[in-house]
Amino acid sequence: MIAPTIVNEGAIRAALADVPDPELPVTTIVDLGMVHRVDVSRDAIRVELLPTFVGCPALEAIRSAVRDRLAVFGRPVDVAFTFAVPWTSDRIGPAGLERLRSAGIAPPTAPGVAPPCPWCGSDDVTLDNLFGPTQCRSVHFCRTCRQPFEGLKSV
Amino acid sequence: MTAASDLLPATRNALSLLLLSMADDEFVIGFTDSEWTGIAPLLEEDVAMSSIAQDEIGHARALYELLADVVADGRDADAWAYDRPPDGFYHARLLDHPRGDWADTIVRRYLYDTADAVRLGALAGSSFEPLRDLVGKLVREERYHLMHAEAWFERLARGGAEPRRRMLAALERLGPDAGTVLTPLPTELALDMAGILAAPFPELEARWRASVASVIERLDLQPLPPTRDPATARTTHSDAFRQLHEEFTSVRRIDPGATW
Repeated sequence: MIAPTIVNEGAIRAALADVPDPELPVTTIVDLGMVHRVDVSRDAIRVELLPTFVGCPALEAIRSAVRDRLAVFGRPVDVAFTFAVPWTSDRIGPAGLERLRSAGIAPPTAPGVAPPCPWCGSDDVTLDNLFGPTQCRSVHFCRTCRQPFEGLKSV
Repeated sequence: MTAASDLLPATRNALSLLLLSMADDEFVIGFTDSEWTGIAPLLEEDVAMSSIAQDEIGHARALYELLADVVADGRDADAWAYDRPPDGFYHARLLDHPRGDWADTIVRRYLYDTADAVRLGALAGSSFEPLRDLVGKLVREERYHLMHAEAWFERLARGGAEPRRRMLAALERLGPDAGTVLTPLPTELALDMAGILAAPFPELEARWRASVASVIERLDLQPLPPTRDPATARTTHSDAFRQLHEEFTSVRRIDPGATW
């Protein structure tokens, strides 16, 4: 790959939009609103990310994916995680919500409330389990299309 | 205060003990609950308890990282978690009991999550910014644990003869240690003076006892007794904890210093 000639915050953010979330690979860390700050200086790039969950086991994978993606800019990359602003589920943008829905994952709803079915749109749904296959998801069941589905927790 | 280097030595010492107590609480209950993975009474609960345990270990990691920054003696989060002998741990005695049956687990979770929520509430406006920021994130996750614990606490209490019998037995075992999560730390005065903690522990404990007492009364369970031997609330450990410690340090001991 040829090194990009422009190295600024916009270029870095555009590149980060290619980095998928390891646990929700239909979305990216930009879709999910995880990018907090990007600082570009003459000799380094620093990216601050907001963990979606404190104990998310994917953080190290995300850190190395960000470093790999930004290597093309030819400067040392420092990736830090911060809680200075809490990541909340309303940081997910419309594109991210739509990509999640297309993969059968419903958008965040208040704790204990089941969202409409991402497959058929029915409201005839039940909360099956507050907890799911990853820390960020709950499990629901749609009585209309008789399918289980997952939804993001609201945090 | 944004950095540990801004703290007076007495404040730093008190903050370290607070962080250690919180991190060890989350770590020990996380490991204890992780023992349900694969053997919980329902598949849903296998998923739930595994996820809760994973959250708690993650919370412990974040708290140990903060502790490592404050103490700054070269130990990292893994060293704090895995390189101390059992007697170096500082978790509340409530969490020192063996895993027990499902009723023990639910009663322990309920008592811990309700007390922890009060503790986190008193840190939400902490003058030490890194802790305040982390607590802002922790409470958003802990409320799911609290919902789960409250639902099960009620379910067992109303669940007929056998669940209720087991629940009463669990309350009898754990009740005298329930208050240990909020037993005052020896350095608490420095926390209050520095604005790290919003209210002294005795006040937090009274608030917590009042809210739990109303639930216990509604479910017609026996009231919680006062804390047994509060002077050693975090400093004496059971054989059950020593076995758990043996287990959770075993991989680390095979090859100390290995990188993963």
